[in-house]
Amino acid sequence: MSEQFEPVIVGFLCNWCSYRAADLAGTARIKYAPNMRPIRVMCSGRVDPQFVMKALREGADGVMIAGCHPGECHYVNGNIKAMRRFYLLKAMLKQLGVEEDRIQLVWASASEGILLAEKVDQMTEALRALGPLNWDEKVIHRNNGYKSAEALPVLEEA
Amino acid sequence: MTENKKQEKIGVYVCHCGTNISKVVDVEDVAKWAGEQPNVEVARDYKFMCSSLGQELIEQDIKEKGLTRVVCASCSPHMHEKTFRTACERAGLNPFLFEMTNIREHDSWITDDKVAATVKAKSLVRGSIDRVVHHEPLDEIPVEINPNTLVVGGGIAGITSALELADAGYHVYLVEREPSIGGHMAQLDKTFPTLDCSACILTPKMVDVAQHDNITLLTWSEVEKVDGFLGNFTVTVRKKARFVNEEHCTGCGICIEKCPFKEVDDVFEAGMGERKVIYRPFPQAVPKYPVIDKDNCVYFKTGKCKACEKFCPTEPNSIDFEQEDEMLQLDVGNIILATGYDLFDSKKIPQYGYGKLDNVFTSLEFERMVNASGPTDGKIVLRDKKSKPKSVAIVHCVGSRDENYNKYCSKVCCMYSLKFAHLVHERIPDAEIYDCYIDMRTPGKGYEEFYNRLLEEGTHFIRGKVAEITDAARIPAEEGKLIVQVEDTLIGKQRRVPVDMVILSPAMEARAGSKEVSQLFKMGCDFDGFFVERHPKLDPVATMTDGIFVAGACQGPKDVPESVVQGAAAAARVAGLISRGTVMMEPVRASIEQDACSGCRICNNMCPYNAIIFHEDREVSEVITALCQGCGTCVAACPSGIITGAHFTNDQLFSQIEGVLWDMKETVSA
Repeated sequence: MSEQFEPVIVGFLCNWCSYRAADLAGTARIKYAPNMRPIRVMCSGRVDPQFVMKALREGADGVMIAGCHPGECHYVNGNIKAMRRFYLLKAMLKQLGVEEDRIQLVWASASEGILLAEKVDQMTEALRALGPLNWDEKVIHRNNGYKSAEALPVLEEA
Repeated sequence: MTENKKQEKIGVYVCHCGTNISKVVDVEDVAKWAGEQPNVEVARDYKFMCSSLGQELIEQDIKEKGLTRVVCASCSPHMHEKTFRTACERAGLNPFLFEMTNIREHDSWITDDKVAATVKAKSLVRGSIDRVVHHEPLDEIPVEINPNTLVVGGGIAGITSALELADAGYHVYLVEREPSIGGHMAQLDKTFPTLDCSACILTPKMVDVAQHDNITLLTWSEVEKVDGFLGNFTVTVRKKARFVNEEHCTGCGICIEKCPFKEVDDVFEAGMGERKVIYRPFPQAVPKYPVIDKDNCVYFKTGKCKACEKFCPTEPNSIDFEQEDEMLQLDVGNIILATGYDLFDSKKIPQYGYGKLDNVFTSLEFERMVNASGPTDGKIVLRDKKSKPKSVAIVHCVGSRDENYNKYCSKVCCMYSLKFAHLVHERIPDAEIYDCYIDMRTPGKGYEEFYNRLLEEGTHFIRGKVAEITDAARIPAEEGKLIVQVEDTLIGKQRRVPVDMVILSPAMEARAGSKEVSQLFKMGCDFDGFFVERHPKLDPVATMTDGIFVAGACQGPKDVPESVVQGAAAAARVAGLISRGTVMMEPVRASIEQDACSGCRICNNMCPYNAIIFHEDREVSEVITALCQGCGTCVAACPSGIITGAHFTNDQLFSQIEGVLWDMKETVSA
């Protein structure tokens, strides 16, 4: 095997659209990068920005949040709330030195298995180009002079 | 750090799924490895976990080894979560202490790379192991089903749903925004392929609706607000003022006769005919009471006239100019949406000339024209209402199968176009008929046979999409005609076909405002505006919102028999829920820790269901469990982190994140 960098993506998939899109991609035997590790949430609106931070800190090279298309949310507009948080979080991560492509928001309806698979492939390629995230080095040391991840004050899980 | 302080006994079961999983994922290795993970008591792999033997394996281990948690790595939870939860329950373990890992749809089926698939399987299993430790036993929430049902839309689909439920003994509120039920089907002349008279088969059903003890018919009414959830919806309906008292009116129609003013009827007659200002859309309208068109009524505009009131023979007088809109509150358990379709506006395609060239008609205009009770008494005539056309062109796929307008096939147009061709043959036997189609789509019982019949009747079929309809003649034979410019793809030539009349077959489109309607009912609609069913194949009448069903063309283009099927199917689903009386709902709900709430109210506006109330006295927010649907948006938004989303708690999700990234630890925080 070549020594190609294999990024790890944590995917937060909403139960109603994008998780089912991923199910459909599998059922249709669409081949795509196995680099995304899905976590099911009921709605993309459940994705607390801290989940994203947590995943990046735990070693993910990127995070994908996937929900229903605007207007098609099972919970009326949870995806819109996810979108609002997403842009805020993205702006913040950018300031911390995390490249924009590392967090992505995707809309995939339950019938869009192909689209979801393509997005995972594209994101995997983009992360391959960027290389590993190295959170501790990139974010903690550079920004705050903190010595380790444990000392980072913003992250407080319940 | 979310440490796994708890000591649990977890059973991990890795499924081969025949070879579906095992040919890509090294399931033995995953099971062996899983056995070494924290809290795991036993880990096994098995050919088919969902088989009764596989389930027994779980049950046995729960009983014998005293498992407190179960993880099953197999297919999607949407496939078998229920199966395994039930198995746990049988063995005495709370079903919510089970977690499913999807290593088939999300893993073995998407890659051929065995190493990567096995690594991914392990990470997903570890995510589940770490998550399940934090699971809490939960009880499903029982919800009682109110036996009343709301049906929105009184076309053939809604009528069918209403009658099926009413006949089964359940009460139905049928809400229709027009003055009469009947929908588009009431406008049609004949129905394909049997050529039954549409009104003859529809009106008896409409009368049944009016006379049924179990149906409350609310026409000239619209749904304004929907609150609640499966089993207990509260719906606010605006019953618009008719200015006719339904209690006194006998439907004699004298007021209509005496009304001195006429208006063009854009709705029922598709602009082809006129109606009075006080009117019934058509003679067999149900209910029979007329309605005053307030915007055009001279009395409402000038304060003079009142002819209808003067001539009304009832005692007391049925005309009531003071009548106001009435707001009704209906309590229902289920809702069936059968709001129908709009016809594509042919003016959007200027090269077809509709609206500019007089003798270009739309399908609905032609339907009214050939209808014996229509504006021309069933005579096929040009716009001058006198001359008979000697040649007619029918144009398929107007606004459908077209990248510029609607990509989808509107499904019914081929068949009704064939019907038009037949009707022209029947009424004007010597007319030349040209039928321009892209592909002839006639799947359906007796449909292909109908097409063959038309081929024998002598219709000229031209395979090609019409480029233009114009009155600009190039040769004397084209003078005074409409020229249909079309590429005949079967002979590979451009043709100019001069005709007297053109009938366009526009696409069925979602109703204007269907997006707003879908938001009102808190359900989804697709890009084209059609309502989205729960599953395109296996659940075509339910929606993603429990207790809300769809029927007819509001879900996608459909002909009459299909609308009837779906209307009946929706009714059967509702009847099933009503007869169960109580349904169990997943306990995935949010709750706010009352002592810790700071009363910031951020969550209040987050909730799409208004399920969070604020106690002014205590200055804390609280979730009304019965209204909560469990999306978790408030959980993510709470700045104090004191809203718990049951079964999707922060502990569970943070642990799962750590779990799926278990192999990254050494590489990162060295």
